[in-house]
Amino acid sequence: MASNVQTVFQRPSALKEVPTHYCAGCHHGTVHRLVAEAIDQLGAQQQTIGIGSVGCSVLLYDYFDIDVVEAPHGRAPAVATGVKHVHPDSVVFTYQGDGDLAAIGTAEIIHAANRGELITVIFLNNTTYGMTGGQMAPTTLPGQVTTTSPYGRDVTTEGHPIRMAELLAMLGGTGFSARVAVDTPKRAIEAGRTILKAFEMQKKKQGFAFVEVLGACPTNWGMSAIDANARVEKEMMDFFPLGVYKDVTADGESNVFKTV
Amino acid sequence: MKKILIDEEFCKGCGLCAEACPKKLLKIGRKLNKQGYPLVEIDEAGQEKCISCALCARICPDVAIKVNKSDD
Repeated sequence: MASNVQTVFQRPSALKEVPTHYCAGCHHGTVHRLVAEAIDQLGAQQQTIGIGSVGCSVLLYDYFDIDVVEAPHGRAPAVATGVKHVHPDSVVFTYQGDGDLAAIGTAEIIHAANRGELITVIFLNNTTYGMTGGQMAPTTLPGQVTTTSPYGRDVTTEGHPIRMAELLAMLGGTGFSARVAVDTPKRAIEAGRTILKAFEMQKKKQGFAFVEVLGACPTNWGMSAIDANARVEKEMMDFFPLGVYKDVTADGESNVFKTV
Repeated sequence: MKKILIDEEFCKGCGLCAEACPKKLLKIGRKLNKQGYPLVEIDEAGQEKCISCALCARICPDVAIKVNKSDD
């Protein structure tokens, strides 16, 4: 009586068979997997060019089995613009953290979105600078203690956290802007669908596609992996609500970029 | 048949899978891998009780879990 064994879940082929350098419980690994699954589902592994950024995810060329260009700090959307214009048939995405995208790279991301560049941007927001040791980022929550805000972020002197998904949804060139999380299996599945949608919109030339993912940083938050994972829902989602902030395919504007 | 296959060099013992498992079949054990991380474990009885829902694999940040199911 031989039973048929089916594989329910396995590593996507766009993700190399190597352990990552990320800390235990870091959400970068989950988001890497979701991006790799989207590439697999599009059958685009040979056509995909990833743009790496500066931060913890700087080594993603070691983890994705695709071509990768490494961009200077914050400049991934500018590099992606160039790559996409030279190789218009390729699938181009950037993968950036909040220090890279929302601080030093603010000009690049806003203008790439406003020009309606046909690229996909994956933005991991963990409210801190992870690689450099947990300094205050533009996305750090009010009152959050970091190494450079030891008494908690004071919005009267240090400003307010930036809501990038909402901000980019305001721009004319943006085709899709959404915020997701990966702290529960259900949300991870939804995040995977959203990331796939952002890649499909690029293939269909439906404008700039942006996905913000709320991520945990257990090491720099000074928490266990479990507690850090729980903080995403408990503290981050009040300030950074999940949802789709713009989707031009939902209201019949999907032909806007067909002529590009 | 083993429904849950844990790659010992990928697992970092973060415990998110143990939290996500609806049957609470996974736990952090005492065995360490090459990098010094404690490994998550599932015993034989757990493999039997597992319903192959793959929620553990979908929450695992290190893609350390492969999930099988049998047809019978």
